[in-house]
Amino acid sequence: MSNLFNYIVQGTAITIGVTLVALPFGLILGLLMALVHTYGGKIFNRIAAAYSLLLRGVPPIVLLFILYFILSGSINLSPFWAGSISLGIVSSAYQMEILRGALLAVGGGQMTAARAVGMSRLQAIQFIILPQALRLAIPPWSNEASIVLKDSSLVYALGVPEILRRAQQLSATTQQPFLAYGAAAVIYFVLVFAVNRGLDYLSERTKLPTHS
Amino acid sequence: MSDFYAFFIRFLPDLLKGAGITLLLTAQGLIAGFVLGLLATLARTYGSKFWRGLAVGYIEVFRGTPLLVQLFLIYYGLPGLGITLSRELSAFLALGLNSGAYQAEYLRGSILAIGDSQMMAGRSIGLSRWQTIWYVILPQALRLAIPAWSNEPVSLLKSTAVVFLIAVPELMAKAKAIAARTYDPIGSYLAVAVIYLAIVYILDAFLRWLERVSRIPGFETEGKRA
Amino acid sequence: MTHPILEARNLTKIYGQNVIFKDITLEVKEGETIVIIGPSGTGKSTLLRCINLLTPNDGGQVFLDGKEITARGYDQDEVRQHIGMVFQNFLLFNHLTAFDNVMIGLTKVRKMAKDRAREKAMEELNRVGLADRADHYPGQLSGGQQQRVAIARALAMDPRVMLFDEPTSALDPELIGEVLGVMEKLARDRMTMLVVTHEMGFAREVADRIVFMEKGSIVEEGSPDDLFYHPKYERTREFLWKITELYGKKEKGKAAAP
Repeated sequence: MSNLFNYIVQGTAITIGVTLVALPFGLILGLLMALVHTYGGKIFNRIAAAYSLLLRGVPPIVLLFILYFILSGSINLSPFWAGSISLGIVSSAYQMEILRGALLAVGGGQMTAARAVGMSRLQAIQFIILPQALRLAIPPWSNEASIVLKDSSLVYALGVPEILRRAQQLSATTQQPFLAYGAAAVIYFVLVFAVNRGLDYLSERTKLPTHS
Repeated sequence: MSDFYAFFIRFLPDLLKGAGITLLLTAQGLIAGFVLGLLATLARTYGSKFWRGLAVGYIEVFRGTPLLVQLFLIYYGLPGLGITLSRELSAFLALGLNSGAYQAEYLRGSILAIGDSQMMAGRSIGLSRWQTIWYVILPQALRLAIPAWSNEPVSLLKSTAVVFLIAVPELMAKAKAIAARTYDPIGSYLAVAVIYLAIVYILDAFLRWLERVSRIPGFETEGKRA
Repeated sequence: MTHPILEARNLTKIYGQNVIFKDITLEVKEGETIVIIGPSGTGKSTLLRCINLLTPNDGGQVFLDGKEITARGYDQDEVRQHIGMVFQNFLLFNHLTAFDNVMIGLTKVRKMAKDRAREKAMEELNRVGLADRADHYPGQLSGGQQQRVAIARALAMDPRVMLFDEPTSALDPELIGEVLGVMEKLARDRMTMLVVTHEMGFAREVADRIVFMEKGSIVEEGSPDDLFYHPKYERTREFLWKITELYGKKEKGKAAAP
């Protein structure tokens, strides 16, 4: 019994691993694209907009397959890495939209004020805009984080031995499909719950003080 | 580029058949999800403790786990309990239940926004609770929910792609079949991506029209004034 | 004769079809306090933003200490260290305490050493009377306090000129006084100031010169006495006295009506 338990736990580690690769990758790429869209010139704005529309208009699993075949064709990447990076690229489009919204919410006034004290645009973005935008982005971002966690199950289709793949194997060996897939569901539920709670806490901690 | 074009044209009929199934799945899931979502929200907002608990449980479980896991649980897991469902029915249930949980959240937001004051107004002229809900609150809440809700059809459309993993012959399944025949996975999936983009574009345009047409004059979420 | 510390020559600004202002020429001598008045929407704010290069102009030049800052290739960021600006809606950096708001320009832009910067920031906060609120965030301060911090932030850069864009227009009436008080003190300390405002009392008591702008050009300029009691144009008289009535300013020992 403990062997089975171990087996599933190892799958959990892989699922978490996929999420921990995809999410930060998506954040960096998404942040870059959001900045390019908001502060780049007209041409970059259009390119970024196209990036967002294309990646968000296609089902993640389709993109996963396309990117996986491209990535593993050119560089020799394992399904884990190819899948995780692909998920990261998909997520970057959604994160870009979230960050764009946050940048907009910070407002042009902050940029004006920063430039009025002599900061360059880059300095203003780094010291004034981003610190505020990232705070504002936490609630919608935590939604995206749990989406990426759930979408990590898609790498099942690439053969990566994450929770779902293992549940399937378990269901074959134990002939208890309901328990096996039920266990998978429970594990995911706990993970998503933990992520949401954790990010809610972060959101509370980084709130800016107002009149008491 | 012209290779791709030729490829695309050659398989178009096949792909369109798959697209048809995809659209069917989306429509079914959307309607089922709407009914479930509405019931869940009503139960949650106006129901007794029992119904509330049930509704919250449903919503948390189906939003807190991946669609793929839900799908497998229904298609592969239920037979373990003696309940065997066809792949089409399993896909329908999974998509409907999943969508319902998300739609419940959209509706909840707008019902809460309309809620209390309109309930008071309705009851003050003698309408019963359920009459107020049916004639006063829902008509407003549903209209108000449209902008946020319009994310759901597109999201659902994209979700349907995973059901190819239980061999439902929708668009993605066709792509896989073509990839196997032509040994050109990238081409096949790109072709499918193009079709999804086209459908999403049309759907999106339709939804924006719907948003425009259903606005209650003078009454918008952002509180714009004339 | 020393040349003016700030000079605008033939400044023009156009938005699409609208001419916001045309051929504005203005001279500000060191230590002067100039108040610009006029109906809303006549481009007074835009004029200030063209002067500190936040908004590009469509014609004309701006000179600071005799150097043309509108010349091509001039380092605009550097120029803005020498022209301070205070905005109508304060625009404090929301994620920083009052103290950090004042300090950030010193450390990041002027690259000052941290302890020197801290000293100076404290000095400026003291100057506007808010040393005891140094660790408060903008969200915890009243409008008047926020605006005073904004003034301290601009002053910390040791600007040659201070621009004020309707600094009290967004404030509750009872908070206006504390901000005008700080501005008055600055004027007495001979800071060169260019102020756009509707506060006629301030204009009359503190300004060395008043400039009346309407429909994109300067109608008249002169000392407060000149403009209030010997205006050259009927329109000037009309505007000044209407505003004075509106703001209920009482005349000390002089008739309240024209």
